[in-house]
Formats: sequence, C-alpha cells, structure tokens
Amino acid sequence: MERKKALNIAVCVKHIPDPNLPGELDGQRLKRAGVQGVLDPGDEFGVEAGLQLKEAHGGEVTLISMGPAVALEAVRRGLSMGADKGVLVSDDALAGADALTTARVLAAAIAKAGPFDLVIAGVESTDGYTGTMPSSLAEFLGLPQLTFVKSLEGAEGSIRVNRQTVEGYHVVESPLPALISVTAGVNEPRYASFKGIMAAKKKPVEQWSLADLELSSDDVTVNQSVTNIGKAEERQAGEVVEDDGSGAARIADFLKEAKVI
Amino acid sequence: MPADLRLLDDDQRALVGLVREFCTGEVAGSVEDYERRGEDPAPLYAKLGELGLSGLPFPEEYGGGGQTYSSYLLAIEELAYHHLSFAIGVSVHTLCAFAVGEFGTDAQRKEVLSKLASGEWYGAYSLSESGSGSDAASLSTTAVRAGGSYLLNGGKLWCTRGNEADVVLLMARTGDAGAKGISAFLVAKGTAGFAGAKKEEKMGWRASPTWQLTLDDAEVPESRRLGEEGMGFRIAMASLDSGRLGIAACGIGLAQAALDATLDFTSEREQFGRPVNANQGVQFMLADMATEIEAGRRLYRHAAALRDAGEDYGMQAAQAKLFCTDVAMRITIDAVQLHGGYGYVTEYPAERFMRDAKGLQIVEGTNQIQRFVIGRRLTGP
Ligand SMILES: Cc1cc2nc3c(=O)[nH]c(=O)nc-3n(C[C@H](O)[C@H](O)[C@H](O)COP(=O)(O)OP(=O)(O)OC[C@H]3O[C@@H](n4cnc5c(N)ncnc54)[C@H](O)[C@@H]3O)c2cc1C
Repeated sequence: MERKKALNIAVCVKHIPDPNLPGELDGQRLKRAGVQGVLDPGDEFGVEAGLQLKEAHGGEVTLISMGPAVALEAVRRGLSMGADKGVLVSDDALAGADALTTARVLAAAIAKAGPFDLVIAGVESTDGYTGTMPSSLAEFLGLPQLTFVKSLEGAEGSIRVNRQTVEGYHVVESPLPALISVTAGVNEPRYASFKGIMAAKKKPVEQWSLADLELSSDDVTVNQSVTNIGKAEERQAGEVVEDDGSGAARIADFLKEAKVI
Repeated sequence: MPADLRLLDDDQRALVGLVREFCTGEVAGSVEDYERRGEDPAPLYAKLGELGLSGLPFPEEYGGGGQTYSSYLLAIEELAYHHLSFAIGVSVHTLCAFAVGEFGTDAQRKEVLSKLASGEWYGAYSLSESGSGSDAASLSTTAVRAGGSYLLNGGKLWCTRGNEADVVLLMARTGDAGAKGISAFLVAKGTAGFAGAKKEEKMGWRASPTWQLTLDDAEVPESRRLGEEGMGFRIAMASLDSGRLGIAACGIGLAQAALDATLDFTSEREQFGRPVNANQGVQFMLADMATEIEAGRRLYRHAAALRDAGEDYGMQAAQAKLFCTDVAMRITIDAVQLHGGYGYVTEYPAERFMRDAKGLQIVEGTNQIQRFVIGRRLTGP
C-alpha cells in the first residue's frame, strides 16, 4: 500500500456557555461569567473530522482555542476525544473580543504552532452565531477556504469536500494547506472514553498570552459592537383551509404562489 | 437533582460526567422499549465496553480502568439512575470479574479477567438452585472429574444474563455435603450440554434476563476451575460481599431517580390552585425521601472506602445492601403515592421504579439474610 503523507491538523475549538441551559444577557452580550461551560457542540464535529483524517492518514491533531482560563476545559474535552495537544490563548485584553479579533488572534496562534496542512473550524459557533470567524481566519492565514463541508476526503496534498448548498452539494477540491468549515452533519462525534479522559490530563497544552503571539492590545481593539437586541418575530398562525372539495386545488395554488411548483 | 459531586476528586467527577453523558445520550431513550419488550440491551453493553466503563475497578494491566471500588460504585449509581436493569447486569458482571481477579491463577487472569475487564466478554454468576437459595451451601449440581476435565450435571436457577454472558462463574459440588464440598468453575458460553433452559417472566428488571440453566454432562477443563477444589463457597461468599455494594449503589441510583421524577411531577401537578408539593404534608414526605437517600449513599460509600483501604468490610457491605435497598423500596412506594393515579399507570416511570426496587431486596442475599450476616458479626455464630 502506498504510504500516505501524515497530516498536521489544527482544529479551532471554543468554550461556550452550555447551550442546554437557558441563556442570560449581560447588557448586550451573552452572560458567560459563572455559567457552566462546554466545548461548543458544533466544534465536536471539527474535532471528529480531524481525528478521522488522522486515523486515515496518520499525523497529529492540535486544538487551538482562545478564551479565559476555564476554556481549558473545552480543550481538555477535545483532547479526551483523542486530539494530541492543545493551545489556549488567554489574555485579559481579550475580554469582549469580537469575531474579527478572534480570527486575528487564532491566526497568530496557528502560525506560531504550525505549520499545518489543514485548519478545521465549525461553520458557526453555538453562542454568537456570527459565522464570520472562519472566513476571516482563512484570509489572515492566506489559505483557500472550503465552506459548509458536509463530507470530506483527504488525499496526498489535497482535500476534496462535498459543500452543502440549498439544492444539494458541490464537490470542491483544493490543494493543501487549506481551511475548511464543517457543518453539523459531517460526522457523528465520538464520546470521550474513560481512558481518553485519563490520558487527556497528561497531554500538553500551551497557554499563550498576546505578548507570546507578539500582538499588542492595539491589535485586538474591538470595532464591532451589538447595539440592540430584540425578540425574534413570533411565527404567524398558519392559514387553515376547510376542505369543501376544493382543498387540493387551494394547496396547488398556494405552492404556485410560493414558486415551489 | 443529581447526586452531590462536590467532594469527589476530578477523576471521579469526570467519570460520573462520562457515564451521565452516555446515559442521557444512549441509554435513557430506550429504557421503556427494552423494558416493555423484556429484552436485554446487548448493544449498550458493547458500547459500555468501548467507553472503557466495563472494567473500572480492575488493574490497567488486565485492561481495566485502574479505579477504586468507590469510583466504580459512582458509575453504577449513575447507571442505575437511568436504567436499573442495565446497572444490575454490569454489577453482576463485575462480581464475576472480581472473583477471577481475586482467586484466579495468572493464566486465568490473563485469559479471562483481561477479556472481562476490557468488555470483550461479559460475565455472570450462578450460585442459586431450585432447592438452595438462602441456604446456598446445600446446592446439588455436581462436578465430577473425568480426565483433565470436570463433567457438570444439574440445574441452576435465577442466573442474571446466564444465557447472554460469555462466561458464567458457577458453583457446583465436587465433594461431600456442606460448604466445603463446593468448587467454582468458569463455564464458557456455548459449552456443549450447558444451556439456558427458560427465561423467567418477572415483575421487574424486565430488561435483565434471568435464566434457568441446565448442565447435562457439560465439560469444563480443569484450567477453568477457579481456586482449589472445596474453595467454591468461600469464593462465592467473598464475591457477594463485593457485589452487595453494587446492589446498594443500584438502590440509591434507583431511589434518586424516583425522587427526581416525583419532584418534577409534584411541582407541575396542580390541585387546589397550586402545585401539590406546595403542601407541607407532601414536602415532609419529599424531605424524608431525600434524607434517606443521602444516608444510604453515605453508608455504601463508607463500606466502599473500607474496602478500598483493605479493611474488613463484610458487615458494612451487608448493612449498606440492607439499608439502601430498603430505602429504594420505601422511596419508590412513596413516589407512586405522590404521583396519585399517574403513579399507577405505565405512562409514568414511577410504577416501574417500584417494581424494580423489590428485586433489590431479594438478590445477593435477601434482606433477612443481610440481617443474619450482620447479627452473626455482632453476636458471634
Ligand atoms: C431477578 C433475580 C435475579 C437473580 N439473579 C441471580 C444470579 O445472577 N445468580 C444467583 O446465583 N442467584 C440469583 N438470584 C437468586 C437470589 O439470590 C435468591 O432468590 C435469593 O438468594 C433467595 O433465595 P430463594 O429465592 O431460594 O429464597 P429462600 O431462600 O427460599 O427464601 C424464602 C424466604 O425465606 C427467608 N429466609 C430464608 N432463610 C432464612 C433465615 N435463615 N432467616 C430468616 N429468613 C430466611 C428469605 O429471606 C425469604 O424471605 C436472582 C433472583 C432474582 C429474583
């Protein structure tokens, strides 16, 4: 069998307030302090994708995270699933960072911890949902980005993915290095095994400050801010059609109007 | 309200967290199905092994988790909280593996314990017979030497997962009447002449199959005799000391599940214009339930701590089994009561909790026998 080149993979992981708990606001922002946190369930798909590629090709999976000290829990969680090592960027100056700042910091961390053949992120976080971080990150790293990945396949020096679209999917191929953002359907994340949890405690995690990345607080000035939060519009009650024999025709008209048929 | 995890160490919290995650994700959703169909949840046992949870208290060199017995019991309590029948199967499996680890030769540990601890195999335990229950030493299944093997003949009763297990720790008579004439054997699944003859129809534990086993010239090699000839009863009793703590932890997990379901129900159910648990009469019942559970939890964890410290823990294990399973019975009865009519119908889990609790007072020594064990320790034989 042809010996494949091992892949050095970075997976971005985020520690977020447990999405199963009712969220609370702290001004215009999600309350985080003192709230039970978890590894973003969306990022578990990224970790799993990285692990599957590693299992198929050999190599190493490094988790990259930015967050306060407790975010280490999210990194450990990914390590207990089977990732090899972690990097956590923590700095008081990063409190309240926006998506763009996060991308800038993660890019610096990835550059320092790399080089990587592949960077994996979730399409969006389960707390902020901006969905802009992966694209900004690809731009800062100067990497091609493959978005909305619903399945993937690595090969020698390249990656081929199925990219989710409204109608179906596109098949997209890119040379490595590249960045992919994965959807929730891409795989079924494994449970951390008990041995995995025990082993994770001994795996190396680098903890870096902004200074370690040669960034200053000026580099992380937040330009985005949320100015208003409103309630989502409630769903309108649907139209009830009494079937007096013309029901089928009424439905057909409705679908035509909606340009579905 | 989940069990208080505050005084546990990080590893224990991680362990309980993993078991809880597995149970909410994979176990909880199928409990009613397995119970209604009276089916063994075989895929869950396999998954448990994959997660490294089927041999927690055994050394890592044999594929186990290298954890204390106290930690293992936390996992059992959590499993029982979600699905009692499943937790029972794991507890019985551990009891079988314990005997191999404690009394096996190096070769038996390598061959059998390593498979049991890694979850490749599951084990069962067969002491009881139709004529010998509490008086287990009067058992009549025989094992007669024939060349390098033994031929086993007779019948066993009440063997939990006896037909599903890969290996059954089975006690049979090799010598004279009485305890000293009994030996222990590791009977492999598929042994010719060894079979599950009938699966019992039970009040509870419906997803934990209970088998009548027949042995008709079943040939067991000498290498699968555990301990010396005549040691079988001692092995059986030592395994039960250990296993009883598992049953105690099962009782607490079940009782906690019943209390939590009752708290939910009584806060949602309104009568006379307010939740039924706004009545002090109901609150007092809930307070007693919560207190008894906590007392039981301390009792079994204390016995486990003695065991982990290498101290004699036989009496404390009997006390824990007695108290925790009696608590489970009382609390599940009250749980049904506080659900009113909803407690009596199968749409709510309360009636299952009550049926399941009863079995715990009977197995691994009835609660009368636990009192007998405790009494004898206090007064001497
Ligand atoms: C669901 C289920 C699963 C089981 N799984 C297993 C298993 O995996 N392996 C296994 O070997 N066995 C198993 N058993 C058997 C169980 O351990 C026995 O049922 C139990 O030990 C009692 O024995 P018995 O049923 O023969 O009752 P008996 O011993 O006949 O007792 C009848 C009654 O008399 C009381 N009694 C008896 N002797 C005394 C005494 N000296 N003083 C006071 N009261 C006394 C008992 O407490 C009981 O109330 C299982 C039983 C059940 C119901």
